[in-house]
Amino acid sequence: MPLFSQRRIKRLGPGRYRITLPEPEQDLLRTLVPQLRELLTTDDPGLTRLFPTAYPDDPERDAGYHAMVRDELLERRFAALDALERTVEGGEVDEGTLSAWMRGLNDLRLVLGTRLDVSEDDDPMDLDPDDPLAPAWSIYHYLGGLQSMIIDALAQEL
Amino acid sequence: MSVVRQVTAGGTAPAEVEKPDVDEGTDLDTETPWVAIVWNDPINLMSYVSYVFQKLFGYSQAEADRLMLDVHEKGRAAVSNGTREKVELDVFRLHEHGLWATMEQQ
Repeated sequence: MPLFSQRRIKRLGPGRYRITLPEPEQDLLRTLVPQLRELLTTDDPGLTRLFPTAYPDDPERDAGYHAMVRDELLERRFAALDALERTVEGGEVDEGTLSAWMRGLNDLRLVLGTRLDVSEDDDPMDLDPDDPLAPAWSIYHYLGGLQSMIIDALAQEL
Repeated sequence: MSVVRQVTAGGTAPAEVEKPDVDEGTDLDTETPWVAIVWNDPINLMSYVSYVFQKLFGYSQAEADRLMLDVHEKGRAAVSNGTREKVELDVFRLHEHGLWATMEQQ
């Protein structure tokens, strides 16, 4: 499979898409998805962005909101990761599956971005190869690039 | 940012009415509109935020882009309003998509 000039996400027609990822990228996602799935079963502070506060000025109502939605949010996040993992080899997928990819990749970026303490000014071109976090930064930017291609494909449907 | 103001029956509400301290479930609590606010964050892609606004709330691309730019440049934007129940569901859907959303009463 050619690594370069590869169109990873292609819209085939209404609600139909083709995913074609080079194998190293499939392997990367195969590594990352189970790690996030495992993290989701903990109360790791890196998950803050996945379960945000709804009522910042009312802790009591916020606790009620979280009691009501947390399981559902968790279930939907697992379902998105499952769909991504199931189709990681690529092929034709429907809109729901591609949307699951979009949300799953976003969750990975939220957790990784929180760990890296990303700011608005971070530029992928400034990557310092000697930085011990350089691999994590590369992965973060890769996930953003892939997510961006998915959004472009899905936005054609709007 | 446009904010919906509830006008009481029989005339225009005075501009500076202090909100009385009331329990949940009173008329004020259920009738005063709530808004869902989306806050700026450095992780979510701009194209993603705009796409989510279009998909969840049916905004046109131009409206969604304007709201997204408000979030990006002013730090926050109100993206939906209504009863507490409705806005809570909107906030839930935004949270499902990983956006940083809160809700407040106007």
